[in-house]
Amino acid sequence: MRLPERLKIINVGLRSFYEDLKLQRAEAVHVEWRPPAGGDPELAKLLEKLERPEVDEANQKAVERILAASPKLIGIGTAKEVIPKMDEDTYLHSGPPIEWERMSGPTKGAIMGALIYEGRAKNVEEAERIAKSGEIKFAPCHDHDSVGPMAGVISPSMPVFIVENNGKRYYSNLNEGLGKVLRYGAYGDETIKRLKWMEQTLGPVLKEALKLSGPIDLKAIMAQALHMGDELHCRNVASSLLFLKQLAPFIAQTGFSEKEKAEVMRFMGENFLFFLNPAMAAAKAMMDAGHRIKHSTVVTVLARNGTDFGIKVSGLDDEWFTAPAEVPKTLFFPGFKEEDANPDIGDSAIMETAGFGGFASATAPAVVQVVGGTATAAAEYTKEMAEICLVKDKSFSIPFLNFEGTPRCIDLRKVVDTGILPFINTGVAHKKPGYGTVGFGVLRAPMLCFTKALKSFVERYGW
Amino acid sequence: MVLKCNIRKGDYRDSVVLMRVSTELESKAGVRKASVMMGTDNNKELLKDAGLYMEEMEKAGPNDLIIVVDAESEDAAQKAISEAEQILEAEAEAEVKEVTYKTLKAAIENIPDANLVLISTPGEFAAREAMRALRAGKHVMVFSSDVPIEEEVRLKKYAQERGLLVMGPDCGTAIIGGIGLGFSNVVRQGPVGIVGAAGTGIQEVSSILDEVGITHAIGTGSHDLSDEVGGITMLTGLRALQEDPNTKVIVLISKPPSPKVAEKVLQVAKECGKPVVVNFIGGDPKLVEQAGLVPAITLEDAARKAMAILRNEKPSETKFTLPEEKVRELVETESRRLKPEQKYIRGLFSGGTLCAEALLLLRDLIGDVYSNVALEPRLKLKSGRESRAHTCVDMGTEEFVRGVPHPMIDFRFRRERILKEARDPEVAVILLDVVLGIGANLDPAGELVGAIKEAKQIAEKEGRYLSVVASVCGTEGDPQRLSRQREKLEEAGVVVMPSNAQAVRMAALIATRGGVWDKL
Repeated sequence: MRLPERLKIINVGLRSFYEDLKLQRAEAVHVEWRPPAGGDPELAKLLEKLERPEVDEANQKAVERILAASPKLIGIGTAKEVIPKMDEDTYLHSGPPIEWERMSGPTKGAIMGALIYEGRAKNVEEAERIAKSGEIKFAPCHDHDSVGPMAGVISPSMPVFIVENNGKRYYSNLNEGLGKVLRYGAYGDETIKRLKWMEQTLGPVLKEALKLSGPIDLKAIMAQALHMGDELHCRNVASSLLFLKQLAPFIAQTGFSEKEKAEVMRFMGENFLFFLNPAMAAAKAMMDAGHRIKHSTVVTVLARNGTDFGIKVSGLDDEWFTAPAEVPKTLFFPGFKEEDANPDIGDSAIMETAGFGGFASATAPAVVQVVGGTATAAAEYTKEMAEICLVKDKSFSIPFLNFEGTPRCIDLRKVVDTGILPFINTGVAHKKPGYGTVGFGVLRAPMLCFTKALKSFVERYGW
Repeated sequence: MVLKCNIRKGDYRDSVVLMRVSTELESKAGVRKASVMMGTDNNKELLKDAGLYMEEMEKAGPNDLIIVVDAESEDAAQKAISEAEQILEAEAEAEVKEVTYKTLKAAIENIPDANLVLISTPGEFAAREAMRALRAGKHVMVFSSDVPIEEEVRLKKYAQERGLLVMGPDCGTAIIGGIGLGFSNVVRQGPVGIVGAAGTGIQEVSSILDEVGITHAIGTGSHDLSDEVGGITMLTGLRALQEDPNTKVIVLISKPPSPKVAEKVLQVAKECGKPVVVNFIGGDPKLVEQAGLVPAITLEDAARKAMAILRNEKPSETKFTLPEEKVRELVETESRRLKPEQKYIRGLFSGGTLCAEALLLLRDLIGDVYSNVALEPRLKLKSGRESRAHTCVDMGTEEFVRGVPHPMIDFRFRRERILKEARDPEVAVILLDVVLGIGANLDPAGELVGAIKEAKQIAEKEGRYLSVVASVCGTEGDPQRLSRQREKLEEAGVVVMPSNAQAVRMAALIATRGGVWDKL
């Protein structure tokens, strides 16, 4: 054995040793070590059981499929006609399953608004009665191959994006913009009027434009937007414009009136979150490509319904693992305060699940500034997320990190082991129905979802 | 209530940044509402809804920054606006942060050419991290103690098969290629290689060797030479030094190994083709001699014999480096003023090996010495905190360091103990070790001199003279500087000796008024 001529040291533990090394001008880095599984010996034992080659192989397979996915936007359809197992009485919502009584304010608001929009209720009182009565069914978007931001309510008549990957289709509703919007729980006249316009004008115009354009490569827009300062969750400025740029010539060629075409393009141009919804359907398509792989510990869904936070894991079929949703650390719009904020809500954390949003913070430092972070801190979030992911995907590179790929494919084992929880950028809704957006925030997924899934994993496979 | 605004033309900022500034302003005293926004039509609507709109804002465009404050007074409003401007200015200055990692795995992935991992996690987790490092092909030093011996064996066998080095567990000191790891001294590069199972032992030997310099000092950890581990690291270290072309002489330091392990180690040392000086602290020197190697009695002796071999001289034992008459003079000066009842030595040590060495030397010079780490069970102190007759205490043991820093860093307990010993009318000499180097206190002598002066005053007030003898383990290259530390102690009236062994002999001579000269 030859001793190294020049030491390059990794210091794990006491920080003073690292400082001593620096004092000697030694090449050294420091690991801020923390005990595995938060120091819980029972979890540490379970983790050891999952350190086996069949898990690594299964994860490898999941990663390959997720990275190979290439979702395309192929059209617009009406929810009840295109979404599987959807009918006149089905109202989809974000996050894990939940009954009316436990629904948060914004979800209730959105359901009531949707009932008014559908013409089933004349007013809020009637809408509430119907919602309570059991007349209509509630189901998670995710269980219908769909995703919806915030309350994520998709009602039967709504126009939806249709995204296809490898012959399988995924759906998302159309983005209404910010303020008094249904997905944040608003249900006033302004909100309903906008939804009707989206159904009667926006949807049909886009549908025809997409027929003319042919399938739109969403992965290409997403990759390009990452180079332009979007993290694709809270910031879709570039992607929305790229999307508009791509569709504009085809919108112009549709048979609609000049006024209608202008309205659609203005709406898309002014709404810097417009691309979020097709991006979410794309992210869902990617993650679903790696779902249901035996022995795989890849996390394929992170979703919230405003009351609970839920996750799904590739090797655990369609089981949800839930924990109470927490309130994001929020920056409020003028006039709103801490006590107005609803707990975390929306399927939009599918963006983080797929390696965007908080995981791509480094490329969109502006978003991290929500919590007073710097560009350096933003990069740190991305680097930190890489510690719980299985891969850095070169097809989604980040200029600021020397074009390193964004971290993708969260490994359940790594989350529990390191205690590093997925970092999520998110919109924040008013906790009362009828209000709408109150601000933007950031938070971490709750550990309980992951420890529950870990226990279930060991039981399921009898290890 | 005063509504006040300021419009900054062409100062475009991202909305998220501005929201944060708004929030910060709202927390200021006297501010009811505040908003900092770009002057887009949409934002102006928002301001109207929030009751923050003013006529001046009409002219503001999407590239103009609006700061508006609704405050209790003109003053508060103005103050808030200037604060907003300050924050916006400061925003521009990015903060530079160093890169740290959350997991060893991430660090390994990002620094693929790292070659050594230094682990100081709690013992129960250390083996897991060490194994990860070994799997990635890195050498490992485990500072952590309390690692189960089976784990140590597993790690070392794994490393042995792959040509990797595992220093520790419970390895406090190593110097590899001039870089000190854990508690170590800044020692010049030179021709002597050290393998040692004892932390302060390595420090003492390497510091004395600063005269000629060392290649590497490899720590093995305190359990390496047990039957279970079989000296795997000691043997790997020996072979590494054997192969190292810069190493001309090798020094081996450890407490006496189990006979089986000793045999193996001596065999490998004998066959390595380089001169090897061995100090099995308290072990039988004959064993070493029979193997054709050079035995050393003390740590200093080991260092000096290695230097003698380099000079092609016959290694001989060193008692004192000062001329004998000078030593006699010192002993005379110190002991002349002692009262007849002052007969005991009280050694207060921060280094475990230094304490062990003192116990061995004093046994031969003055007989029974009590200790918390005694050589024989009958001499074991009930509590390390109460001295009895001749006593040497290792203040780095679990009993003393539970929940507080090591005595090389935190001198509180040693200061208190010095004063306590000074009040005992039967105490003649207080014996101290002062360890310098990386990881140690930045001014150990400075930490001690106050207590030493006070101790001497206590004795004087009671009509006695108290002798204080110390050695300083360190080098000129150490951040604390050996010469400066010695001076500080000497100014406080301490007899400062060049090594632990010499300090121990000096203490024995003083306490016995020169009575043990013939035993030296």
